[in-house]
Amino acid sequence: MKKIFAIILSAMLLLSMTACGGGGEKEAETIKVGILGPHTGELAVYGLAVRYGAEMYFKQVNDAGGVNGKMIEVVNYDDQGDATMAVTGFTSLVDDGIVALVGEVTTGNCRAVVDEAYPINMPMVTASATATSITYDEETKTVFKNVFRTCFIDAYQGSKMADFASKELGAKKAAVLYLSGDDYTQGLAEAFEAQCKEMGVEVVAKEAFSKGDKDFNAQLTTIMAANPDVVFLPNYYEDDGMIVTQARALGIKCTLLGGDGWAGIEKYASAADLAGCYYASAYAAGSTAELKAFEEAFVAAYGEDYLNMFAATAYDAAMVVVEGLKAAEAKGAKAGEEDYKQAVIDGIDQNAGNVKGITSPSGYKFDEYNNPEKDVVIMTIKDVEGVPTPTYHMNY
Amino acid sequence: MSTLSLIIKQIINALQLGSIFALIALGYSMVYGIIRLLNFAHCDIIMVGAYISWYFMTNFANMPYLAVAAAIFGCTLLGVAIEKVAYTPLRGSPRISLLITAIGVSYLLENTAQLWLGAAAKSVPPFFKVTTLSFMGLSVSTTSVVTIAVVTVSMTALTLLVQKTKMGRAMRAVSEDSQTAQLMGTNINATISFTFAIGSALAGIGSVLYCCAYNQASPTMGSMLGLKAFVAAVLGGIGSIPGAIVGGFVIGLTEVFVSSIGLSTWKDAVVFLILIIVLLVKPTGLLGKQVNEKV
Repeated sequence: MKKIFAIILSAMLLLSMTACGGGGEKEAETIKVGILGPHTGELAVYGLAVRYGAEMYFKQVNDAGGVNGKMIEVVNYDDQGDATMAVTGFTSLVDDGIVALVGEVTTGNCRAVVDEAYPINMPMVTASATATSITYDEETKTVFKNVFRTCFIDAYQGSKMADFASKELGAKKAAVLYLSGDDYTQGLAEAFEAQCKEMGVEVVAKEAFSKGDKDFNAQLTTIMAANPDVVFLPNYYEDDGMIVTQARALGIKCTLLGGDGWAGIEKYASAADLAGCYYASAYAAGSTAELKAFEEAFVAAYGEDYLNMFAATAYDAAMVVVEGLKAAEAKGAKAGEEDYKQAVIDGIDQNAGNVKGITSPSGYKFDEYNNPEKDVVIMTIKDVEGVPTPTYHMNY
Repeated sequence: MSTLSLIIKQIINALQLGSIFALIALGYSMVYGIIRLLNFAHCDIIMVGAYISWYFMTNFANMPYLAVAAAIFGCTLLGVAIEKVAYTPLRGSPRISLLITAIGVSYLLENTAQLWLGAAAKSVPPFFKVTTLSFMGLSVSTTSVVTIAVVTVSMTALTLLVQKTKMGRAMRAVSEDSQTAQLMGTNINATISFTFAIGSALAGIGSVLYCCAYNQASPTMGSMLGLKAFVAAVLGGIGSIPGAIVGGFVIGLTEVFVSSIGLSTWKDAVVFLILIIVLLVKPTGLLGKQVNEKV
């Protein structure tokens, strides 16, 4: 009895699916793009930032005449931040006939969606999931070629800071002091070291410390003896604040560099000690004219509550998606067919360099692991009447 | 930087770190000496001292002396209060009850601080302008100089207090045999409270020096610091004042040596390895006395 019931149910499901598919073909005038994320619940502030940021760009494209004369139709799905619902939502969006997806928002849920999206080669661009596992499965050595992102992975800042130190600061010798046993800090330290080697910068000292350490004088003295031009501190602001203070007290006068873990460091070290240091960041509000224009338009449309970094990277994600759609349309592929999805993916792969993103005016390039090579915001700290003030330095 | 000046600089680092350990180890040792209690709440008294420094330095930044005085006074008061409230009622009980109470007080202080002031660290403004002094091609921060100087003075004062004053004699007597001391007319309660007061005042000084060197106060800052000071006290011979000083400096030297040869992540392991070796080989510590328990 149960079996028969199950067969009937699945038959009905199949029918409804084909019905949906048929509906999609009838409305061939629009291109459907899905946005998946937590639009309610405690993660809504990120989910809605992504949704509104992406919607805003799609709307602008439509206002300008769409892609190849076709309007983009956004299909939203609220997964409430739950991994199971994210997968259900993705399936439902696919049934709705989407050709590309913006999302998911959090790393864990995004990974769950990737598992579903990779087998059907659905192009997806996430604006916020930073883990390496989103585009690369270490166990099976698989690169998920259909998955892109517009936020950089953590370790990327390490190599960018090495570039910056070498090209902009003219550093010849660098030192690193990092927290061992932490993926974030270790990843940044390794990327920095690798890029230094690439740029011909000698890493004269690489020192570590353990979680909870407060005294860094021994390591800093070793670093000081090696006489580096820059010291890279890829740790969190509380530790780095203490390290900066101790380094200056010891007499280390060279430029100190950090990653985005430095955000908030101004509360943990003095202006005199921090002045002239640089750190990487993903986003600096109002730093460029394009970003300012975006922020004003965003606030006018959706209010201030959801204006954060992810709104900006989602706006860029939508740009990347549209770049892919343009390529697919130019090829004359038909929505709903395998060719179309592949054309979108190829389009993103080849043309994302043309995307003048608001968080990356120099465009997007995706490496062999499909991680983006994009601009990093370099922040510097200025001594404004004794108050350490993080200030936008440049897009790099 | 030449190898020699590098070595000298690392030794100064070790002295700075070791002197803070020594100061805290003294608190452990003195209390253990007098009532055979491992006062695990001692390290959290330092935490409270650091928060007092933070409060006064952020609100009355131009009066660092006030902050120093408040931290030392606050710690002293807290130490005596803990002794009166938590330990005195248990004086006749088995030592294990006292030990558990001490751990309880430690957690109480830590969690109260966390609840009240939040888990994030507070940045303590500098007490004085830190500059780098240099002589003979060697640069030393004023923080190191001040720390080493203050600890030397405190230790000398403590040694004089214990060896030369009446109260010091009472302390030594109570530590040797409290019942006999009482028969001889020593006020035991006052002596024990005084010992807690002195130990906690040292913790107060330690907290100020800690804030000078590491400029942050956080609810759990005392735990690792306390454990290492405890290892220092055991290494030197718990109950012995010169032992605590020697132990503190040995631990400081060890940490800096291990870090400077590039094994910084093994530092904590080495310190606790020392504890294990001491307990196996010479449980009385370097300067501890072998006490024969008489029945």
